[in-house]
Amino acid sequence: MAGSSASLRAYVITRVLLMVPMLLILLTFTFLLLRVAPGDPVSAIYGEKGNPQVIDQIKRELGLYDPLYVQYFTYLRGVFTGNMGTSIVSSKPVIQEIQDRMPATLELTISSMIVASVFGIGLGTFAGTRRDRPTDFGTRIFASMAYNIPIFWFGLILKLIFGLWLGWLPVSGRFSPRLNLPPRFTGMYTVDTLLSGDLRGFADAVAHLILPSLTLGIVLSGFFIRITRVNVIQSMGSDFVEAARARGIPERSVFFRHALKNALVPVITTMGLTFALLFSGAILTETVFSFEGMGRFVFYAISYRDYPAIQGAVVYYGILMVVISLLIDIVNAFVDPRIRY
Amino acid sequence: MAGGDARGRATILGRFVGRPAGRLFAHFLRESRTAAGIIVWIGIGIVLAIIVMAIFAPFLAPFDPNTKVADPETPPGGRFVMGVDRSGQDVLSRIIWGARVPLAIIAVATTISLAIGLPIGLLSGFVGGRLDRILVLVMDSIYAFPGLLLAIVIAAIIGRGILNISVAIAIIYIPTYFRVIRNHVAAVKQEPYVEAAIALGMPRRRVIIRYVLPNVAQSIPVIFSVNAADSVLTEAGLTFLGLGLPPGIPDWGFDISLNWQRFEASWWATFYPGLFILILTTALTFVGEGLNDILNPLLRKKDFKAKVEA
Amino acid sequence: MTFDTPDGPVHAVTDVDLTIEKGTTVGLVGESGCGKSTLGRAILRLLPENARISGTVRFDGIDLSSRSPKEMRDLRGRNIAMIFQDPMTRLNPLMRIRDHFIETIQAHDPNVRPEAAVKRALKVLADVRVPADRMNMYPHELSGGMRQRIMIALCLLFKPALLIADEPTTALDVILEAQILQLLQSIMHEYDMAVLLITHNLGLVAEFADRVAVMYAGRIAEEGATVPLFREPYHPYTQGLLRSVIDLDTTKLYSVPGAPPSLLGESVGCPFYPRCEKRMAVCEAVFPEIRLVGEDHRRVACHLY
Repeated sequence: MAGSSASLRAYVITRVLLMVPMLLILLTFTFLLLRVAPGDPVSAIYGEKGNPQVIDQIKRELGLYDPLYVQYFTYLRGVFTGNMGTSIVSSKPVIQEIQDRMPATLELTISSMIVASVFGIGLGTFAGTRRDRPTDFGTRIFASMAYNIPIFWFGLILKLIFGLWLGWLPVSGRFSPRLNLPPRFTGMYTVDTLLSGDLRGFADAVAHLILPSLTLGIVLSGFFIRITRVNVIQSMGSDFVEAARARGIPERSVFFRHALKNALVPVITTMGLTFALLFSGAILTETVFSFEGMGRFVFYAISYRDYPAIQGAVVYYGILMVVISLLIDIVNAFVDPRIRY
Repeated sequence: MAGGDARGRATILGRFVGRPAGRLFAHFLRESRTAAGIIVWIGIGIVLAIIVMAIFAPFLAPFDPNTKVADPETPPGGRFVMGVDRSGQDVLSRIIWGARVPLAIIAVATTISLAIGLPIGLLSGFVGGRLDRILVLVMDSIYAFPGLLLAIVIAAIIGRGILNISVAIAIIYIPTYFRVIRNHVAAVKQEPYVEAAIALGMPRRRVIIRYVLPNVAQSIPVIFSVNAADSVLTEAGLTFLGLGLPPGIPDWGFDISLNWQRFEASWWATFYPGLFILILTTALTFVGEGLNDILNPLLRKKDFKAKVEA
Repeated sequence: MTFDTPDGPVHAVTDVDLTIEKGTTVGLVGESGCGKSTLGRAILRLLPENARISGTVRFDGIDLSSRSPKEMRDLRGRNIAMIFQDPMTRLNPLMRIRDHFIETIQAHDPNVRPEAAVKRALKVLADVRVPADRMNMYPHELSGGMRQRIMIALCLLFKPALLIADEPTTALDVILEAQILQLLQSIMHEYDMAVLLITHNLGLVAEFADRVAVMYAGRIAEEGATVPLFREPYHPYTQGLLRSVIDLDTTKLYSVPGAPPSLLGESVGCPFYPRCEKRMAVCEAVFPEIRLVGEDHRRVACHLY
């Protein structure tokens, strides 16, 4: 790939460097937003029942009465040293909460994405090739409905059917309490059990992951079905496809190498955008399945105005968002030669 | 074209709405015999049915939704078609009354989003330049943020209540309207006939209203229906998490948040509200997609003819 | 050849009888919508699903409608090749030029190894005067003229007996057009190909075609050897076309009044009737069959003869 790897590298480096200012903006914005909003963590926990003097004292200790710029710098310093304070709600260091929970959400996100894309792209391609026929129609209706299912309701139904009535799959948590947790390599139970050769643990971790992934994945697939379908239709009718047929290229190659490949390029681009949807959905899914991940954490933090926790969560989210958009852009540049130049 | 200013603003509006709308409606009726058309009608039918249900709730509901009428968690059957929830309230009645909140939220949220997003989008797309760049940056940042998360943040700040949720949802959706409208305007602006109009001295505001807006207007119904469906889902999500509505108002999302932990014992109390959310949002999507299919063939037909003529 | 549409059948091509001799060029001219491109595609069976073809296409003595889809597919690119109008969109953006060639060669000769295929490709590229370094590039890195040459090269790989050129230079600027045409001409001689040149450009036809067929509303209006036809057109439509051509002596612009008829549904009489200066009563009612006129056996569909 002469020439392209150099420009690809340059592209990646530029993007990584851009991460820093973007992150800074995000952090500052969050900080300001939090300070501006009414309410504070201490009052949120103690409510009106607390003794005003005690509340005052705690606030003083937490530095909530310090001038704004002092708080800002403490905050920034904390972020860069990795010490983001202690969660006011859980009394654990924020960084630890994140370390404990992030792998869970990562597992959930990745497996949901796999479900959504395999199912969604598959069905979308299927529908695209049978345009205006009953199967296409049925698929489109399914896609419309899938995207509109309330995630938490769907999760509950899956829980009921597969967990309780059929008893096939576990319905809550990440791991069976009867088994020993694997040693920590990544924090993701599926990976760790595999790495430590614990096949029974692996099966258990995967089993716990199935229902939540299906919940999020199927709902998200509605989106993929639509996008894929439209792109496949467009791609099948394009000029180079006609030209390929005119050269005597067999229909199978025409479809896979010419039409489908080109159709998938814009689909992959949109995959990046769907991560935002995944994250929203994760909050709900984690709640329904008691899957202790970042989604759940963010929710707790915001509800209780747990400043350190919120700030930590935002840092986590910000980095994640930037990394993902970077990854997607790299994948894009890899897949579509036109972008590299 | 023409038509002097002397005729007054009322006529310009009438002409803008009247003729294109009339043509569109005729085309709409013609196309609705197709499969896409049926979908739209089904969608409209369902939405109307739900609106009627909401309006006539006091007459339709067999029981008062907020009073205990039976033993908690009675399964469906007999007088309680959809069973009774954990507070002893009739699920069916709560469903019927519960339609009001989502519909109200749709009405308020979409109106706000449209009222703010549309003009800003038009302006930004048309004027371009630095203002446009700044606005696009701001809007894109909001757009990139996960919807529910943003809603949670806003709801946490401004508190619970129907109006507050509507505002939160509206804020989430403004960027969508903005983006689509702005991009469309920017594209239309390049068109020769707009250039010609400006060259002929037509005042900018006129150009926007008479040329740009009708063109752009065709994408609005689609965003609107997506917006509406999403509002319902976001509201349900917020309420499920405890951030949406204060207790006491019947609402489908609220019912789920109330009963979900008792799902094994009384699944009907959670199932039916969720089902109705699904029905409403799907109907709205049908309307949107169907509209899209009907409005778009207007463009597709051109392509088809070109192929035949070659 | 008819298209089934929701509004009814569209008769894109009707009763066309055309012969292309080996090594000769036949020009197919007409305005937009007259069916010439459709005819070109019909030969290769490259039409959309809603197309209904009737009649026979005889290639080298074999009736193509009797060929199985598999045989037909092999024919494309090997015995009959087609170049298209707009080179910018005719190559797969995700594939290198080299891969386009390898793919085409292997589609017909599966046992050819990639290295051998590349060698063959380079030979053909030399014929179309494309530098070898373009092989590793992607289509978007190349200019329109370059892409059109590559398209031509892809067609030449198997030395097809027939080349269908659908508006090969319409999308190119005049200078490029001249280059490509010169290229085509040298190739035609070298490869001894028969060419069906589909275009609305009469100048092209006058210069390159041995015979010309003029199409109108899906039918052949006139057909014959180029020089006599241009010198003395018989059909009123052809006469109108030739009058519309501008040269340095033109002072007034002429165009045939009116517009082509819709091809939707059934029609009676001569399709040119509404626009014909020399129309007669019979023209409206009865369709003029093709008849042979003059010493050069020109085929004309007109009641005047």
